[in-house]
Order: sequence, then C-alpha cells, then structure tokens
Amino acid sequence: MRFGQLTYDLAHLLGGAVLLMSFVLLYQRRIGAVINAFAMQGTLLALAAAWQAHAQHAPGLYLTALLAFGAKGVLIPIALHRMVRELNLHRTVETALGIGPSMIAGVGLVGLAILAVLPATEGVRALAREDIALALSVVLLGMLMMITRRNAISQVIGLLSLENGLILAAIGVTGMPLVVELSTAALVLMVAMVAGVITFQIRERLDTVDTGSLEEHRGERR
Amino acid sequence: MPLQWVIVFFAWAGAVVLAAMPNQRHATVVNAAVSAGMFLLAVALMALPFEQHGWTRTDVLNMPFVLVSTFVGLTTAVFSAATLEQEGFDHWRSRAYHAAYQIFMGAQTLALLADNLGVMWVAIEIATLATVSMVAVHRTPAAFEAAWKFFILCGVGIALALFGTIVLYLAAQPLLTEETGLSWTALMAVAARCDPATLNLAFAFLLLGYGTKAGLVPLHSWLPDAHAEGPVPISAVLSGLLLNAAMLAVLRAKSIVGANPEAVTPGPFLLAFGLASVLLAALALWRRRDARRFFAWSSIEHMGIAAFAFGLGGPAANLAGLLHLIGHALVKSAVFFGVGRAAQLKGSQKIADIGGLVATHPALGWGLAVAILAIAGMPPFVIFASEFRLFSVAAAELPWLAITLALGMVTALAALITVLQALCFGVPTPDSGGALNGWREVASAVPVWLHLLVAVGLGIAMPLGLATMLATAAQVIG
Repeated sequence: MRFGQLTYDLAHLLGGAVLLMSFVLLYQRRIGAVINAFAMQGTLLALAAAWQAHAQHAPGLYLTALLAFGAKGVLIPIALHRMVRELNLHRTVETALGIGPSMIAGVGLVGLAILAVLPATEGVRALAREDIALALSVVLLGMLMMITRRNAISQVIGLLSLENGLILAAIGVTGMPLVVELSTAALVLMVAMVAGVITFQIRERLDTVDTGSLEEHRGERR
Repeated sequence: MPLQWVIVFFAWAGAVVLAAMPNQRHATVVNAAVSAGMFLLAVALMALPFEQHGWTRTDVLNMPFVLVSTFVGLTTAVFSAATLEQEGFDHWRSRAYHAAYQIFMGAQTLALLADNLGVMWVAIEIATLATVSMVAVHRTPAAFEAAWKFFILCGVGIALALFGTIVLYLAAQPLLTEETGLSWTALMAVAARCDPATLNLAFAFLLLGYGTKAGLVPLHSWLPDAHAEGPVPISAVLSGLLLNAAMLAVLRAKSIVGANPEAVTPGPFLLAFGLASVLLAALALWRRRDARRFFAWSSIEHMGIAAFAFGLGGPAANLAGLLHLIGHALVKSAVFFGVGRAAQLKGSQKIADIGGLVATHPALGWGLAVAILAIAGMPPFVIFASEFRLFSVAAAELPWLAITLALGMVTALAALITVLQALCFGVPTPDSGGALNGWREVASAVPVWLHLLVAVGLGIAMPLGLATMLATAAQVIG
C-alpha cells in the first residue's frame, strides 16, 4: 500500500477528516454545535473503520464501524441534545482559554504529534505510522478541549473525541488483535461516562454544568 | 475452564447474585463468602504449576500479588460486613455497592493474571469503572467531585495506556504472528529485535497511562479525594489493590522496553516519578487536616518508594520494590480500616476531631497506632525490610539520590508520628454514635490485627517459597 493507491488515499482522507473535526470541535461557541460536530466525527470514524475493514479484509472491523456509528454518530449525540434541551442548560460554551489561542495551541499539538511519531516509527509501514500521527493529534486535541472548556458536557465530549483518536489508531494497525474487543470496551467506558454526567445532572439538580461549581467541594476546603 | 478464569468469573457471578439478592441483610455475609471463595481459589492456583494459558498467565511476578489482593479483598469484605450499617446505605445503594465490589475484585484479579496486554487494559478499565461507582455511592457533592475527578483523570490515563498498547503492538508487529499478538510472553521474546524508537514511544504512553492509575506525581491528583470520599472499605481496596495492579502493568511495560538494549533505559523515568512522589507527598502530609486524605497521600509516598526501587533496577532493588508493594497493600489497608472505623465513631474524619483512641477504644486505638508505625517503616514489619533493602542498594549505587529519598522519607515519618500521637493518644474526643454491637465490633478490629500479624510474619520470617518467588520475579523485571 502506498501513496496513489485508492486504499491508502481514502484511509488518509478519512483519518484527516476525523482530525479536521477535532478542530471544528475546538472553535464552536454553542453547545449544540459542539455535539453536532462530535456526531460528525463519530460518523467519519465509522467510515474510516469500515474502509479499513474492507482494505484489510478484517470483517470484525465492520462491527467496530457499526458500534462507532450507532453510539457516537447517533445515540450519544441524541442523549446529549435531549439533556441540554430538557435541563435548559447554558447554550454557550464557556471557555477557560479563548477560541483563537485554543486553535493556535491545537496546531502546535498536531505539529508535536507529527514530530514525535514520524521520527520514532521509521521502521514501520508508511500507512500505519501516518495513521498513528493523525490519531495522536486527535488524542492531543481531545485533551486540549478537556483542559480549555469549563463545561462538563464539553469536557466529556473532549474525552469522547480523545477516544475517537484511540480507535483511529487501533483500526490503522493491520492485524492488531482484539481491536473489536478493545474498541467496544473503550466505548463502554465512554457510555458510562455520559450516563454518569446525565444522572449527575438530573439527580442532583445542580443548576449549572459548570465543573467550577464542584470546586468548592474539592479536597479539604470545607 | 482453567482456574485463572474460574476465579474471575466466580467473583463476577457473585456480583450478579449480590445485585439480584432481594434481602440485603444477608448480602454483606454473601459478599464476604464470595471473597473467601476467591482467596481459596487463589491459594489453589498457587499450588498449580505456573504457565501461560491463552490470555492469562501465572508466574512468579503476579502470583504473590494475586494472593495478597484476594486476601485483602477477603478481610475488606469482612470489615465491610461488620461496619456497613454505619454507611447508611438504602436498599439500592447496598445492592450497587456489593455488586460493584465483586466486579472490581474480578477485574482486579484479571488485571493481575492477564498475559495479553489488551485484556489487562480492559480489566483495569472495568476495575476503574467499578471503583468510580463505589466512590460516588454516597451521592454527596463531595463524593461526586471525587468520583468525577477520578473518572476524568483515570479515563484520560487509561486512554493513554491504550494508545501505548497500540504503539507497542505496532513496534512488534513485523515479528509477531496473528495468534500471539499483544501477549506479554510473545512481546518479551521479540522485544530485543523490535524497532527501538517505536518502543520508546510506546513506553512513554504506557508509563503515563498506567502511572496515572498508580498515583505517581504529577499524575496523582485524583487519588486523595477518591480515597477520602468513598465508603470506608473502598479506601482499603483502592490503596491496597488497584495501585498494585497499575504498578504491575508499569512493570510489564518496563520489562519489555528494558529487554531491548537500543531502546531508552526505563529506569531514570521511574526514578524521577518515584522521587517526585516521595518528596511532594512528604511535604503534603504536613498540610493535611483530613485523616483519610492524609493516609491517601501516604499511599502516594509509598508508590513513589516502590517506583524508585524499580527505577534503580537490578535483582536487589526490584526485590525491595516488590516486597514494598506487598507490605504496603497489607499495612495500608489495615490503616484505612482503623482510620475509617475511628471516623465512624467520631462522626468526622478530620484529624482534629479524632483523638485519644487508645484510651477510649483500646483494641482499635492500639491497632491503628501499630499500623501507623508499620506504615512509617518501623521494624519488625515487612515495610522496614523492604525500605532497608532499598537503602542498602541505593546508597551504594546512587548515594545523592538516596540521601534525597531519605530526606523525603524522614519528613514523611515525622508527619506520620505527629498524626499518630494526635489520633491515638492525646486528649480523647467525644464519640458521636457509631457504636457496633456484639460480633460486629470484634469483626471490625480483627482485619487490622490480622494484617499486622501477616506483615510481621513477612518481615521476620518470610516463607522460603515466597522469598524464592519474589527473588525470581525481581530478575524477570530486569
């Protein structure tokens, strides 16, 4: 597989699109748009997984694709949208670091990911190493989003998108065993996280999802 | 089904039964019985020849930990049965708590027994989910804050560990066959011929990922709150069990990278994390006003000491590290039983509200006092043995670092003695309820003394079989 072949090009295109959606997530100012961008990223990830299933002749990856689409493309976004609507949460994204600086930091992180991965993986096949570089960028951007957003939903979406990066890495490595099991297990973790944030909102009726409201319960400051 | 899986599924079947039990009065006893069954199965597993079997393996490195963790699981279940009424659970919380406890025990054992690094990752993830739900079970804002922080930080941590696992596979992929992929045994066999740069990248992520779970500074900030806000028995299993499983994962990663001469030497990284943990914890201990947070910080210190030992490497230091992990699991859970019980009696876990336990509750007070001395590294307990071994190696190999480590440990020791005096001696503070009747009072004190007894036993006269196992394991880590 090399540059110019359809398998390679399409895998790259989809991986790049997933990374692009990470940037889209970073510059949204409305919570609804963040959720939509995340749904889009989940769908693109599912497409990438399906394409790898086809290219690697690994039928198990179709299952990963289906799960990614069902959970991240459809169910989690619907649940989050409903939660925002029913609880009348703030519709704007509260940032700890402005949109502009976040984007610049994001570009820096992608550069870091490429600088870290490409020289370190010279012995590895081309597609896999570039895929890992893309995936690491998505992981780092997910972390950046978690750090720079104060809203619990945005933080959870940051983590979910970080996990998208992991799946992207796992599906790109040809012959990786247990990919389906690992991606499912990771998904369970994420669903538990979303379920946690929803119960935490509804049961406790805290009037804001700003994690800053938890600060006063932190540590020993009581 | 091989015995390795029997243990795991025994616990998970127990979880199903406990979740389905309509009468929660008996659940505490069933919980203890399931844990006792696990301990017996672990003893039986010790008797079988060690082997790699499918996704699991039994070897000299993990079996001592399996034995210790099922033992602590059993005593914690007994302590939990005795004191659970103090937590004030309603019916559904009791169900959730017991089910989560056994899910955690099964996943914890699987994490220790796993040979396949993917399976190990899944097991640690399940253990995390189960403990998060146990930390949140009180549903107070403080418990939510602790559980949320635990969830987010460890979620990122284990995500990084999965990334590391994927990169590790990428490094070894050309040398592996389809069936053996991600098996630690297979990875060890080919580690020397893997691409060293890719291996380095994998190690960085694995160390950061599992290091978060092991509570190494600067990845530790979830640990004190999670230990302090959950139900009392949970502190014991968090400190004694989960941290060890994470550390074992770090060791498995270290041994793979260490087997490749061209890859980065993993030792200095562990030394740095270890030293940072000891020093920060030693200072932080002086600032604590909450007893359970205080001992949670002490866990960070001890994980740091163990990481320092593994960072030094070589058979002698590794042996000290392994011994330290085992000793810490036993003694720290005893401390948490004592402190937790005291907090129940006094209705507060602030150090200022707990005092003079020896005068008012002799069995508890003396037990806690001895346990704190043991965790501070006093002879004849096993932690003294491990710290002594560590120093004799460190002083010879890296004298300056050894002095820094000693400074940190002495600072921590002084803080521990100060708290020991405040909690156990000093002016007695009034009880605010929390008394237990009959057998419960006895059963809440027995685990403390039992752990101390085992810790003395291991410190003075370690069984020859165990000593040989640990010595061999110390060579495996490299």
